Amino acid sequence: MTDFAWASAGTIADAVNRGEASAIDVVDQALRRIDRRNPVLNAFTAVTADRARVRVAKKPVGPLAGVPFAVKNLIDIARLPTLAGSKINRERPPASADATLVARLEAGAVLVGALNMGEFAYDFTGENSHYGPSRNPHDPARMTGGSSGGSAGAVAGGLVPIALGSDTNGSIRVPSSFCGIFGLKPTFGRLSRAGSFPFVASLDHLGAFARSTIDLALAYDAMTGPDPLDPACSDRIDPPIIPRLHTGIDGLRIAAAGGYFRTGAGPEALTALDNVARALGATRQIEIPEAARAREAAYIITASEAGALHLQRLRTRPRDFEPDVRDRLIAGAMVPAPWVVQAQKFRRWYRDSVLRLFEEVDAFLAPATPCVAPPVGQKTFVLDGQQVLLRPNIGIYTQPISFIGLPVVAVPVPQADSMPTAVQIITAPWREDVALRVAYSLEARGVARAPQPPE
Amino acid sequence: MSDELDDWLDANTVLLGITVAAEWRDTVRLHLGITRGMAQRVSEFPLPDEADPAPVFHA
Repeated sequence: MTDFAWASAGTIADAVNRGEASAIDVVDQALRRIDRRNPVLNAFTAVTADRARVRVAKKPVGPLAGVPFAVKNLIDIARLPTLAGSKINRERPPASADATLVARLEAGAVLVGALNMGEFAYDFTGENSHYGPSRNPHDPARMTGGSSGGSAGAVAGGLVPIALGSDTNGSIRVPSSFCGIFGLKPTFGRLSRAGSFPFVASLDHLGAFARSTIDLALAYDAMTGPDPLDPACSDRIDPPIIPRLHTGIDGLRIAAAGGYFRTGAGPEALTALDNVARALGATRQIEIPEAARAREAAYIITASEAGALHLQRLRTRPRDFEPDVRDRLIAGAMVPAPWVVQAQKFRRWYRDSVLRLFEEVDAFLAPATPCVAPPVGQKTFVLDGQQVLLRPNIGIYTQPISFIGLPVVAVPVPQADSMPTAVQIITAPWREDVALRVAYSLEARGVARAPQPPE
Repeated sequence: MSDELDDWLDANTVLLGITVAAEWRDTVRLHLGITRGMAQRVSEFPLPDEADPAPVFHA
C-alpha cells in the first residue's frame, strides 16, 4: 500500500477520486501514524477516530477527498469542549456544532483531531503546562513556535497534510517558520471565525498550514466565502485560486522590507530573506513606515482586549491559568483606555500609509521570525544585542503585518545544517492569490520547500 | 518610576477585583512597565482629532 505520510493533500485526493486509494486506508494510516508519533510530538490533544471512520464511510469526493486534517483546539469540533489550550475550558460544554471552516473542509476532507496550542493563544512558543509543549519534528527538544504549535508540529511531522490554526499577531507564521512548513494568514475578514474561541477580536484571523503551496490553496479555496455567523467576515467573493496558481509572477513588483524588518534578524533569517529576494529578482528595498510603532500598538490592543476577555476568570480562578499567560493577561486588563484608543487610531493611519506602498509594489518580503526555534523552556533570547523576553518578542516581524490585516504566506526556506526558518510574502488586502503565486514560484524553483524531518 | 508601577498595580487590583499573589507581582509589574513604554511611544505619534478608528475594521 502507498505510504501517504508525506503525501500532499492534492496527491491523496487525486488517488481517492481515481479509485487508486481508499479513503479508509488513507485515514487509517494517518490514525496509526498519530498513535506512533504523537507521544513524541504532542501535537494532538484529541483524536477523533470514530468520527473520521464515519466520515470516510460516506465516500468523500472533491478536491480534498479523503484528506486527513486537524484543527487547533480553539476551533469548535462538535461534541468536544473547545479547550483553547486551557485547563479552564475543559469545563465548557461540548461544542454544539462544528466551526464554519471545519464544516467547509469536511465537504471532502476528513477531520482526525484537535491540536495542542499555547494557552488562550497568548504565546509564540507552543508551550503549555497543562497539556505539555508541542515539540518540533525537526528536533523535539525545540519549540514548535506558537500559538498554533500542534498545528505546525502535526503538518511538519507528517501526521496530517493540512491543519488549521489562528493568527492574531503571528501564531501561524511563527510556527510555520520554526517547523519549516507553509502557512497562510489570509486578509482580516476573509475566513470566517465563527465557532472559534476568541483572543483579540480586533486582530484574530484563522488560516491554514500545509507542506506545499498547492495544498494551502486547496484548503483556502474550500474555506472562503461569506458567513453571517461572523460579523467580521467579508461578503466579498473572489474566484478560486487553484486555477491561477500556475500563472507565474511575470510583471509582479516585489521588494524586500528593510530597516525594522532586518534589525535584530539572526543570520538564518537574513540568509532566508536574501535567498528569496534573489530568486525573485527583488532588488528593491522598501521601508515600512512606523513598523516599530505598529508592533507596539498591536501589542497594546492585544494586551487590553485579551485582558478584558478573561477578566472574570482572572478574578475567580487565576491559579487555573498558565502562569506566563495569567501575568500578561492581568497586566493587560489594567491598560488605560486612552492608550488603546490611540493604538486603534494609529492603526488607521498606519493602514493608510502601508496601503499607499502597494501603489508601487505588489508584494514585499520580510522574515517570519528573528531566529530559528529555541529549545523548549527557554525564556529569553538576544534580540539586536539585548537580552529580552522570548514570548513577547518572537513576533516582532509578524505583528506589524497582521495589525492591519494584510494577507501573508509564510514560505519555509531550508538551509544546510540549520533548523528551518520562513519568509513572509505580504500582499495588499484580498490579494492572497498574488502571495500564493509567489510562494508557488519559489517552490517551483526549489527555494521554498518543507524539509522532511528525520524520525 | 517603580512607585508608579506599584501604585498602578495596586489601584487596579482593587478597581478590577483581581488578586495578585506576591509570587506573581514582579512579573505583572514587569509587563505593566513594558506596556507603558510602548504606550508612551504610540501616544507620542501625532494624530488629528478626526483620525477616527474604523468602527468596523476592513483590511
